[in-house]
Order: sequence, then structure tokens, then C-alpha cells
Amino acid sequence: MEVRAILSIVDNHSLALPPRISEAGVGDYIALLKPRVMSLVVFTALVGLMIAPGHVHPVLAITSILCIAVGAGASGALNMWYDADIDALMSRTSKRPVPTGRVTPEEALAFGLILSFFSVMTLGILVNWVAGALLAFTIFFYAVVYTMWLKRWTAQNIVIGGAAGALPPVVAWAAATGSLSVEPILLFLVIFFWTPPHFWALALFRSDDYARAGVPMLPVVAGPDATRLQILLYTIVLVAVATAPWALGYFDAVYGVSSLVLGGWMLWLAINVYRRREGALALRAARQLFGFSLLYLFALFAILLLEVVVAAVLAQFG
Amino acid sequence: MDEEQQPPGIVLTEAQKKRRRERSIAIAVALGILVVLFFAVTLVKGPAVLNRPM
Repeated sequence: MEVRAILSIVDNHSLALPPRISEAGVGDYIALLKPRVMSLVVFTALVGLMIAPGHVHPVLAITSILCIAVGAGASGALNMWYDADIDALMSRTSKRPVPTGRVTPEEALAFGLILSFFSVMTLGILVNWVAGALLAFTIFFYAVVYTMWLKRWTAQNIVIGGAAGALPPVVAWAAATGSLSVEPILLFLVIFFWTPPHFWALALFRSDDYARAGVPMLPVVAGPDATRLQILLYTIVLVAVATAPWALGYFDAVYGVSSLVLGGWMLWLAINVYRRREGALALRAARQLFGFSLLYLFALFAILLLEVVVAAVLAQFG
Repeated sequence: MDEEQQPPGIVLTEAQKKRRRERSIAIAVALGILVVLFFAVTLVKGPAVLNRPM
């Protein structure tokens, strides 16, 4: 009797509400995929694929990159589904499709799950299951470990969660070779140690946003000065890690010298962030480091890509 | 005997219809890409049609 009464209340309630007709456009769904993050994922994955030994058929290469891109987009959609409440509180994210109501959380969740399923299964069936399993792990790590667990719990959220962003070249290498090796792990480490200075530089000039949303980013929890020190320390490790593949003999001197020059500039900007702690100069230093860190990662990977292309051209005509 | 007038039900606005059409086209394109992808990879990995010598 009681159950029936409750059901009847639910029925009456659902009848009273007008049905929601979605007005979400294709652009809203594309926004759920975080296209800017996806572009960096595609680029780093492309490098992982290109530097892998052996020949990969172009159709399989395109399939791999497409699956990795869609998997990354699916992670983004799942992230926007789960984080809609805090996204609504931050100026940087308040215009996203879920907080604005253009896409419902249920639609974002379904979109993310369907794309996750199709990207992993397609990569597994068409390319290989090592890559498929790694892509599934990447999506799980970003959506569950980072978004649901670490992000709201610890100031180390982006340090550990950075592993998800560092995995695409590893997935791509696995897609090309069916196995793992030292080189993709070195690429993983470069992105892994790049993530903290990059996101903490952003957090320095967006700390009000994060504080309002209750996200325990390092500047909010430990203060800006502790963050500046951590940025400097991680940048030192990053420069060493990014140069290591050359020192260890995996990548050649062009990469080595470039990584030293780029790393030197990155370190200089990190020192600036550490030294300039007040006012507009401090803000400017953090913005400069954030902007350059994007260029730094892009340039390092672009050099690797360029070397592969030049070597292929020389082999063809040399 | 007069027929009872049926309620109009859910009537979509022009904007809703346009968005629904856009979403339908996007789903069709995505499915088309998936089909082409599976077909192309079947050629590459299966009968190896695309790998034949020139």
C-alpha cells in the first residue's frame, strides 16, 4: 500500500512537470569533448605513434588517433557531467553546456559512456587490445580517479591525475607496436612532470575561482608562496626528465639541445614566478609561465615529430 | 457522433526541430564514419586489399 502511494505521488509529480525537450546543438556536444585538451592529446599521441619503430598502415594510424581522441573527449564529457556543480561556480567553466542547462547531466553522462565504450572497443578490435586496455585505463583514471576522487580531496589532485593526460603517447605507441617500451614511458614522464607547473601557474591567477568552488588546488590550500616553490621544484625535475632521453641515448642531439634551450627558458620563467610574489608583476609572471608551458610541451613533441618526418624524407630521397 | 478533439501532445518549436535535426545528422555522420572505419580496416587487416603491391 505504502509503495503504491509513493509510486502514485511520483507519477503525479512526473505528470505535473512539462517534458523537457532538448535544445542542445551539435556545438554543445563538441564542447563536452573539451576540444582544446583533445588537440593536445591528439598531438602527443601522434608523436607517440610516429616515433614507434616499424611501419604502421595509415588507416590503422588514423583509426588509432581517432579512437584516442574520442576516448579523451569521452573523459571530458564524463568530467563535465560529474563536475557540473563546481563548474557553475567558476568563471572559467560556468559557460560550459551542463552548468548552463543546454545539456542535462544525464545527457552528458550517456554521451561520455557511449563514446568511452565505442572508442575502447573500436581501438581494441581494429588495432590491438594492449592499446584498447590502456585507453580504457586512461578514461577510468581521468573520470574516476582524478575527477571523482582526487580533484575535490587533495592538493595533489593534478599531480597524480596528470597521469591520465600523460598516457596518450603511451596508448599510441602500444597501438603501433602492440607492446610498451622505454621511449613512450619517457614521453609519459615528460607530460607527467609538466602538468604540475602548468596547472599551478593557472591556479595562481585563478585561485579565487577554485576557492569559491571548494576545489583544494595548491594555492588555495597551501597558499601562493608554497605553490611558487613547488612550481620551481617541479620545473627543475621537468627540465631534467625532458633532457634525460637525450642523455640516455634514446633521442638525438637536436632534441637534446632543444630540450635544454626550451627547459632553460621554462626554468627562467619559473624562477620569475618564485621571485615575483606581489601585485601585477606576480600575476604577469604566472601568466607567462602558463602560456610558455603550452608552447614548451608542443615544441618538445614537435621536434620529435619533425625528426621522424625528416628521417623519412631523407630515407626516401637520400 | 462528434469525434473528441485529441490534445495536440508535445509540439516542438522551430528551434527544437532544427537542433534535433542537427543532432540526428551528427549521429548519422558518426555512424557512417564508424562503418567506413571498420570497412577500411577489414580491407587492411583482412584480405589486405590496401596492402597489395603497386
